[in-house]
Amino acid sequence: MSKKSAAILVVDDNESMRTMIRKVLERAGYQDIVSTYDGTPALKIVKSRRIDLIISDWNMFGMTGIELLKKVRADRDIGQTPFLMLTVEGLEVSRDEAFAHGVSDFISKPFKSRDLLEAIERVLEAAPEKNGFSKKGD
Amino acid sequence: MDVKHINAFIDSTVNVIKTMAFVDPIAGKPYVKTDNTAHGDVTGIIGLTGSMRGSLAVTFTEGCIRKIVSNMLGEEFTSITDEIKDAVGEITNMISGDARKRLQYEGLTITAAIPTVVSGKGHVISHVLSGPSVIIPFSTDNGSFVVDVCIV
Repeated sequence: MSKKSAAILVVDDNESMRTMIRKVLERAGYQDIVSTYDGTPALKIVKSRRIDLIISDWNMFGMTGIELLKKVRADRDIGQTPFLMLTVEGLEVSRDEAFAHGVSDFISKPFKSRDLLEAIERVLEAAPEKNGFSKKGD
Repeated sequence: MDVKHINAFIDSTVNVIKTMAFVDPIAGKPYVKTDNTAHGDVTGIIGLTGSMRGSLAVTFTEGCIRKIVSNMLGEEFTSITDEIKDAVGEITNMISGDARKRLQYEGLTITAAIPTVVSGKGHVISHVLSGPSVIIPFSTDNGSFVVDVCIV
């Protein structure tokens, strides 16, 4: 399987942002994309099926992105899942907190599609080879 | 309000609209507004606390926001839909976040609430504070919008 077969979970409480991210990913060739509105359903999804990458907002009405990150990292079964934070919380203190809790990469909104796709490639490239997609490119 | 603070909101607005929607907004001269009527058809409002407190509102005319969201989502919109309102909330959120990041370099730590969206002709903007606000007008090829900052 190629990297473009990676299963990606998009978590954002804003529907237009979920739509936009999905379209960016689809245009880049990613096909297995699921999305949800906050950390609670996101955690259920990650525990119920193969997810190769989580892209999550920080501030959401329910479980926030940083809470989701902590719960994922604390879980033995899903703890290695690559996690990309995509947020308006660009303050240094927020970045530091996310990296302290094991985020794979951190992108501030607003973002260029190219920057998001490059970050995804980097994170998938660095991920533990357990999910079946090749690291050798498309 | 300090000019440096107004500049942070101008720069953030241009950055967000240009980066997310490929539209180049031109900033006009800021002025003080004393009433609460919106200068457009749909508004995103977000509360700010910390080193500065108050709220930020971003009000778009219909033609302007239809073009911006059409570019963001890659599909044409012919009216103000729920998807457009949702995008206005996120644009407001991003302008607030980008401005807070810039103001951090001025030594100000500001946190933001989750945005709300109001729409309709002649709708009213309810800022957190009751005082006058500073309006920064912007023009685009598809219409105008304003950033309305009411902070102390």
